[in-house]
Amino acid sequence: MEALLEPFAYSYMARAIAVSALVGALCGALSAFLVLKGWSLMGDALSHAVVPGVAIAAIAGYPFALGAFLSGLLAAGGIALVRRLTSLKEDVAIGLVFTGFFALGLMIASLRPTSVSVQTIAFGNILAISDGDILQVVAIAMLALALLALRWRDLMLAFFDEAQARISGLDPWRLRLLFFALLSAASVAAMQAVGAILVIAMVVTPGATAYLLTDRFGVMLGLASALGAVCGALGAYASFFVDGATGGLIVLTQTALFALAFLFAPKHGQWRAWRLRRATKAGEP
Amino acid sequence: MNDPSPQDRPFSPGLAVCDLWVTYANGVTAVRAASFALRAGTITALVGMNGSGKSSLFKAIMGFLAPARGTVTLSGKPVSEALKSGLVAYVPQAEEVDWTFPVLVEDVVMMGRYGRMNLMRIPRAADRAAVGAALERVGLAELRKRQIGELSGGQRKRVFLARALAQESEIILLDEPFTGVDVKTENAIIALLRMMRDEGRLMLVSTHNLGSVPDFCDEVVLFNQTVVAQGPTATTFTEANLAEAFGGSLRHIRLGGGALHDDDDDRRVTVLTDDERPLVLYGPRDAETLVKRPPEEPR
Repeated sequence: MEALLEPFAYSYMARAIAVSALVGALCGALSAFLVLKGWSLMGDALSHAVVPGVAIAAIAGYPFALGAFLSGLLAAGGIALVRRLTSLKEDVAIGLVFTGFFALGLMIASLRPTSVSVQTIAFGNILAISDGDILQVVAIAMLALALLALRWRDLMLAFFDEAQARISGLDPWRLRLLFFALLSAASVAAMQAVGAILVIAMVVTPGATAYLLTDRFGVMLGLASALGAVCGALGAYASFFVDGATGGLIVLTQTALFALAFLFAPKHGQWRAWRLRRATKAGEP
Repeated sequence: MNDPSPQDRPFSPGLAVCDLWVTYANGVTAVRAASFALRAGTITALVGMNGSGKSSLFKAIMGFLAPARGTVTLSGKPVSEALKSGLVAYVPQAEEVDWTFPVLVEDVVMMGRYGRMNLMRIPRAADRAAVGAALERVGLAELRKRQIGELSGGQRKRVFLARALAQESEIILLDEPFTGVDVKTENAIIALLRMMRDEGRLMLVSTHNLGSVPDFCDEVVLFNQTVVAQGPTATTFTEANLAEAFGGSLRHIRLGGGALHDDDDDRRVTVLTDDERPLVLYGPRDAETLVKRPPEEPR
């Protein structure tokens, strides 16, 4: 028992667990929207596109959130521009822009290895996170979660039925902008926890799991957020014992829960589908 | 209880389109100099071939596209103001809807109430009552807890009709409500539309289903980038006008003389179809056009 509580004796562990849970909750909530819109690639793009902004901010001594936000916005604009001015497909535009941004970020980081490490950007390092960074992450996550709690129904309508959103007096473009702003913010926060490479899992997996467990968006949103939080905390906690990368453990926990839902979800699970098929077969003469 | 027929009511246009031009960013003009006016308590068919600018017209009426020139007035108000007061409801085509989205039937109908809710969109008793009543009217009360993808084609259409009902809008735009539904559902939808008309609502129905237009539409707007013809169905929905609106793109079958009769009846049967339920014209005789419904089964 004492051994299980040991991580909490170390303040850096307790902090890592709390921050991972908070970031997981935010990313999980956003994932509920992303998976429904088929925008998971967009989440991947954004999480990579913020890297040069973070690197420049780290070198220049500005808050990394600011740099991340600006470069995320630039990338989104770049993707839109390529889409509009060429007849290239969307996945090509996204792939082009985000790899370009990511490469630029890695290059900038490698030029000044003292102020920011490529390793940290790619894999995150929640255990060594500084107090200042924690403050930023917590502020970002709290603000974003509060905004979501207030406006999730409008976002849902805009995602489900843009025409109806407009007819109800909403502005789908403004809501989309809000969503991408939240997503960039979440990417920055998640980068600290799991690194740029695994952010995509944070903003996809909980939503995918929750989708299999319910037919109501409100429930899905709550579930995805809770899954994100629990997996974040569990992963960070486990990293104390396994001595492995926190990010990898968080995402592994998420993936394991997805596998469970995939197999055993009450309504949409494979186990039930298999039993139904067998029952139908047995019922036939 | 002697309601005057729609045509006799004093004319106050519920929907007025005046010299409307819609041009896209790439320079294509989809709607040019379109003008028409429709009164409340009527059902109007919007008929035209694919690419005739019908959807652009719809988008302009709903304020999704800004007109390059001209105005749209809804119940006497400009579009933006009308949208703010929830005057317009829209029933989308089935293909526009993501049926795998995790929403229940009642959730979708509740979306019709958003315009009346507070900023956080938390439903009140009045909203719940309106949703319940709308579901009752379209006969989906039993299925309100189903995910929308679990419904049949006809039930799916009725969900969105229920949403329009819950929205309590004066003006309802329907985009191809009969595509892919069986005859029974089509009749159910038509019955519902008639009921809504009798409550004084205005409905504009975009449709390829030429054969059902005389069944339930009071007025017709034939559209090909601009208004080709507009007026009461009986006088406007004629072979000549349809031919003008569609150019050569309608399937056109004409039977006459020996192929149809053994006697000296010189009338001919004309079948016009846009590959949905065909319009059958029999005549003319005695200088009068008889519009006949085709048999409903088999198609």
